Amino acid sequence: MSDTQELILEAKHVTKRYPVSGGRTLTACRDVSLHFYRGRTLGIVGESGCGKSTFLRMVASLEKPDEGEILYRGQDLAKLKGEKLRQHRQKIQMVFQDPAAAFSPKMKVMDIICEPLLNFKRIKRSEKEAAARKFLEMVELPGEFALRYPHHMSGGQRQRIGIARALTLEPELILCDEATSSLDVSVQKTITELLVKLQREKQIAYGFVCHDVALVQSLAHQVAVMYLGNVMEILPGDQAASGCVHPYTKALIGSVFDLHMDFQKPIESMDDEAPSPFDMLSGCPFQSRCPRCMEICRRERPALKEIGEGHLAACHLAAQGETE
Amino acid sequence: MLSIREISVAYGNNPVPAVENFSLEMKRGEIVSIVGESGSGKTSVIRAVLGCLPGGGQVSRGNISFEGRLMSELGKEEWQRLRGTEISMIFQDSGAMLNPVRRIGSQYVEYIRTHEKISRRAAWEKGARMLEQMRLPDGEHIMRSYPFQLSGGMRQRVGIAMAMTFQPKLLLADEPTSALDVTTQAQIVRQMLKLREEYHTGIIMVTHNLGVAAYMADRILVMKEGHIVDAGTREQILNHPSSAYTRNLLDSVPAMGGYRFV
Ligand SMILES: Nc1ncnc2c1ncn2[C@@H]1O[C@H](COP(=O)(O)OP(=O)(O)OP(=O)(O)O)[C@@H](O)[C@H]1O
Ligand SMILES: Nc1ncnc2c1ncn2[C@@H]1O[C@H](COP(=O)(O)OP(=O)(O)O)[C@@H](O)[C@H]1O
Ligand code: SF4
Ligand SMILES: [Mg+2]
Ligand SMILES: [Mg+2]
Repeated sequence: MSDTQELILEAKHVTKRYPVSGGRTLTACRDVSLHFYRGRTLGIVGESGCGKSTFLRMVASLEKPDEGEILYRGQDLAKLKGEKLRQHRQKIQMVFQDPAAAFSPKMKVMDIICEPLLNFKRIKRSEKEAAARKFLEMVELPGEFALRYPHHMSGGQRQRIGIARALTLEPELILCDEATSSLDVSVQKTITELLVKLQREKQIAYGFVCHDVALVQSLAHQVAVMYLGNVMEILPGDQAASGCVHPYTKALIGSVFDLHMDFQKPIESMDDEAPSPFDMLSGCPFQSRCPRCMEICRRERPALKEIGEGHLAACHLAAQGETE
Repeated sequence: MLSIREISVAYGNNPVPAVENFSLEMKRGEIVSIVGESGSGKTSVIRAVLGCLPGGGQVSRGNISFEGRLMSELGKEEWQRLRGTEISMIFQDSGAMLNPVRRIGSQYVEYIRTHEKISRRAAWEKGARMLEQMRLPDGEHIMRSYPFQLSGGMRQRVGIAMAMTFQPKLLLADEPTSALDVTTQAQIVRQMLKLREEYHTGIIMVTHNLGVAAYMADRILVMKEGHIVDAGTREQILNHPSSAYTRNLLDSVPAMGGYRFV
């Protein structure tokens, strides 16, 4: 990654474990190191349960890592408490799948959008409607929507309201967790265009988690691929389609349904079960399903190594320079 | 097997129906995909078939019959027998239907035992086996977990496993893979196709993923604002769409190595 980019937030060797039934532990994120830069998007893909949301929650300081640290402009978030933590929270906002649906049906759109502003005393109650109109305009919705109720709006409109709310505190980083997943592709495209436009105007950094690999690579500057809590590969978005080297990334891309695919050919999918996230084996996390697994893979966990400009992979094959 | 004739679905006292004049004839073992705008009435159609429109929703016109019998004339008990065994449904977030404070196993066992007279133990084993077929690691462990301990995708697979337990004749799937990663999605799609192959299950598949819709379907319906705006085989819809809306939809599908926004 070039030095000219401005680093906003850095996760360093972050590990998160959860205690589960039977006294076992589940490792949701393991030794994850990722960076968020000003005006750039980091996309994260991987199987469900691989730790994407857990990672975002830690970045948003909704949870604390068990190991490693999360540095926001050099400052360790774990050390922030009380009022300082509260103030910091303004800088990082999250957008979920259908945020506006989560609010009380009694709340009008302007109440939803302006709630963070009121919480931080940035505006007075009397200024609510005017403020809401301003943010509605930013997300390309008519100002009159301020007085409506979200359950009378379409999914795409509600998602715009979720984005408007996230914008109010002028965050530097917005984390989108499956933010477009319930929308039809045409609305999804307009929301994506909106996010990209806002990014250009305000130099917002995004963390974009979505299972639609094709969508992620179309809007992310960098894509991180996770598997069982581990980062397997990080590569520039424009190389994801053809330049990936990790066997897991390849399997992931092989399962993407496409309009131009051969419909007679069975879709690729890894038929065997994902290993249990409880008993982390030694060696490569992907070994049990990897078609290229070698002896060394069972013994040694491959480190994430740079194999090209902005391209890292955790695989013994890639480390040996063998990628096909 | 299923015949939906010119139905309209209306909610509460809203004069504009959410679905208008919707018809569909389906044979056993047939797969129909429904794609289209958010809010165009896809979920409403499916729920109407299952007779479980949410509060205030009703079929205001037309009728639906399943294996020659009008659904509106079924008694409560017949519905109960039908639902879950002959006709099954998978939701966008099937996991959300699960009671968060009860373990999966106890809910699954109860579900199986309302439809089949078998022992707790046998029901437990059947449940665990179904979970493993849905590629959930360690079915026993899942049975002993609470829903909140699983990720969204894992909960969804629990819901799908439950819906497939009795090999229904008709499976209504409302965006069953929207919350799933691509590998799991591919797996679930294959599972559903297998269900059709082995048990001749007919499937209505609502999805926003046009690739999935096209891959699975014998026929595709495109909906917008409560109406069917396009209908045809995969070949017709992908290569010769008749409505501008369908063309717009097809153009919006992201593709690997395709158009980039940044
Ligand atoms: N319980 C309800 N009460 C009132 N209106 C409703 C209700 N459920 C749905 N509607 C309305 O009916 C219309 C169709 O909704 P439906 O959920 O069937 O759409 P959909 O095609 O499934 O959309 P999506 O792709 O977002 O899931 C929408 O205008 C919606 O606002
Ligand atoms: N509060 C929690 N308690 C126990 N386990 C959890 C909790 N939250 C997440 N997990 C587990 O951590 C793993 C990662 O979950 P998550 O971050 O939600 O994955 P993703 O977002 O990639 O689908 C999963 O195995 C999940 O079951
Ligand atoms: S390290 Fe070995 S097992 Fe892991 S992905 Fe690479 S080749 Fe496969
Ligand atoms: Mg998640
Ligand atoms: Mg729906």
